[in-house]
Amino acid sequence: MATASADHHDHDHAPGFFARWFMSTNHKDIGILYLWYAGIMGLIGGFVSLLMRMELQYPGLQIIQNLPIDAAPGHVWNVLITAHGVIMVFFFVMPALIGGFGNYLLPLMIGAPDMAFPRLNNISFWLLVPSILLLILSAIVDTGVGTGWTVYPPLSVSDPNHSGIAMDLAIFSLHLAGASSILGAVNFITTIFNMRAPGMTLHRMPLFAWAMLVTAFLLLLAVPVLGGGITMLLTDRNFGTTFFDPAGGGDPVLFQHLFWFFGHPEVYIMILPSFGLISHIISTHSKKPIFGYLGMAYAMVGIGVVGFVVWAHHMFTVGMGVNVEWYFLLATMVIAVPTGIKIFSWIATMWGGSIRFTVPMLYAIALLILFTIGGVTGVALANATFDFAVHDTYYVVAHFHYTLSMGAVFGIIGAFYHWIGKMSGRQYPSVISHIQFWTFFIGVNLIFFPQHFLGMQGMPRRYPDYNDAYAGFHYISSLGSYLTFASAILFVFIVFYTIMFGRRVGDNYWGEGATTLEWTVSSPPPFHTFEDLPVIEKDPNH
Amino acid sequence: MTSKTWLPIVLVGLVVGMLGLSFAAVPLYRIFCQVTGYGGTTGVAAAAPGHTDESRRMTIRFDANTNSDLAWQFKAAQASTEVIVGESSLAFYEATNRSDQDTWGTATFNVTPLEAGSYFVKTDCFCFEAQKLAAGESVDMPVAFYIDPELEDDPYLQDVTTITLSYTFFPIPKEEWPDEAQ
Repeated sequence: MATASADHHDHDHAPGFFARWFMSTNHKDIGILYLWYAGIMGLIGGFVSLLMRMELQYPGLQIIQNLPIDAAPGHVWNVLITAHGVIMVFFFVMPALIGGFGNYLLPLMIGAPDMAFPRLNNISFWLLVPSILLLILSAIVDTGVGTGWTVYPPLSVSDPNHSGIAMDLAIFSLHLAGASSILGAVNFITTIFNMRAPGMTLHRMPLFAWAMLVTAFLLLLAVPVLGGGITMLLTDRNFGTTFFDPAGGGDPVLFQHLFWFFGHPEVYIMILPSFGLISHIISTHSKKPIFGYLGMAYAMVGIGVVGFVVWAHHMFTVGMGVNVEWYFLLATMVIAVPTGIKIFSWIATMWGGSIRFTVPMLYAIALLILFTIGGVTGVALANATFDFAVHDTYYVVAHFHYTLSMGAVFGIIGAFYHWIGKMSGRQYPSVISHIQFWTFFIGVNLIFFPQHFLGMQGMPRRYPDYNDAYAGFHYISSLGSYLTFASAILFVFIVFYTIMFGRRVGDNYWGEGATTLEWTVSSPPPFHTFEDLPVIEKDPNH
Repeated sequence: MTSKTWLPIVLVGLVVGMLGLSFAAVPLYRIFCQVTGYGGTTGVAAAAPGHTDESRRMTIRFDANTNSDLAWQFKAAQASTEVIVGESSLAFYEATNRSDQDTWGTATFNVTPLEAGSYFVKTDCFCFEAQKLAAGESVDMPVAFYIDPELEDDPYLQDVTTITLSYTFFPIPKEEWPDEAQ
């Protein structure tokens, strides 16, 4: 096992409040900043989805005609879905998993004193502030942005609702968020390759570090392509270029290729860190090392590599020829293999283990079950013939919310419960946190399970109104969103209760099973950790 | 410099490379479509191959569209025609400028079924260059084409008997009009 460095309490020189939080170069403080940022954004994005469910609770228009946007209700609706999608993807899930838990845990887990480029880390975080300000501005000037997070042309270029500056502001917002992600990715890869503690070979690295390594490479290779694509959109809009305009010899389908070349790796960027986090949670609360460590690590590498060559399954209906569809169908299904390796390895880790049903463990087990449902509908959707039938219906909405709302987000909340004692030195209140889990679990399933049926019956995405035939399932779905939002408010209460009044805990409050290096330092960790590098003497994964 | 200092430089290089590739995708995508006939992109040749396949006939349907910003009436002179595979054929479209201004337009095109794109070969077409119509002027616009006999060997086109050729005319903005000297 790792040998901990000497306790640092005696020489802990944290700077004053302003210097500490506004000029921070400390990976733990920046991680905490990211988590607060992501939490606030998650609540805003969740509130937008609450508005959407209120609208969809009954057939006909309920509330969107009363919102202060001077446009047709259909466009107002599109503004809401765009805000929900962009905020959740770029300003909630990514900052929470990559900026938050990545920054906080990665250097601790590999025994590094900090990230490789602490000031770059600071820039990565503070770029997100102007980025969200631009996005908010884009929602309140003109008639907002109603293109969905996919910003497809010609809707984003020549639609009368997008002739103003709002779309340009949203594009700049994505530029900044992308720059932030790329800088973060360079930082993570450099940290992992250059700053592991002595004796920590790549094959001894904790699985969360592997997840962050693969995620950072995906960011590095995918985000610049989004940057290129939306820059071309910007010049098409403002400088008369015709990259995506057939009138000048361009092709709007090219944008879809560029977008999804980024967009598909992006969904793995959102789920892989969650995979890494729950590997630790399941192993700790089963009191067993993770089953098939190397298989788990290389399954993530496999998902990352194959994730780059499946993008066109998002656009089967553009007319791409049966051979091309056949290829993308098969390549997409291949991803089920490494994902299956991970699911079965998690189950095998629990098998025969001494399982404690703590709140983080419940979130991890729920993630396994619900992500598998999302994975099954994903394999179904990979079939081009079936995709033609349910393309742009609620079946797709249900599928990707099962993988992201229940995959990525359950990973975030589960990791919060698992590591909050480490981060704050105080433990979450157990009973009320169990209630929070069960209400959240029931709530999200009430929202999204009926949406499979809606989609199979033909309910299209991105419509604020619908035929009366869909009313029953929409009603159940809306009730689920109220329960989920109430549970989210309860979660906010738990966060504040824990950091103010939670029971104080020691270095390793999970005891046997918590074997990674962050459990060898105090809770909360000292301002500077591992000034004397820990030495890893034998393989911690066996 | 050690490998540790090279690493971030290489990573930044990867980012710049991917950014460059995203822009390089624009010409690469065009070339890819032209070479493979992907998405119904038609082929271009100087003349028909000379050998025909009398046993295979193909109905060619003609479709015409006009962008709403271009005040032209654009339609096919014939709804459809039957051709022998390999034989050179000529078809006409008719265009009338219904505005009181001289305007330039350019036509984009594709064929369906999309798989037939690379076998639909044009030897001459009004769509090869920008077209000018004076106010009120009407012209016939020819397109000369043949169906490549190699289509016989494509398993995806065995039971295809109809190919639709579609054009869409777009306006050319004033600042991009070709030299008036021609």
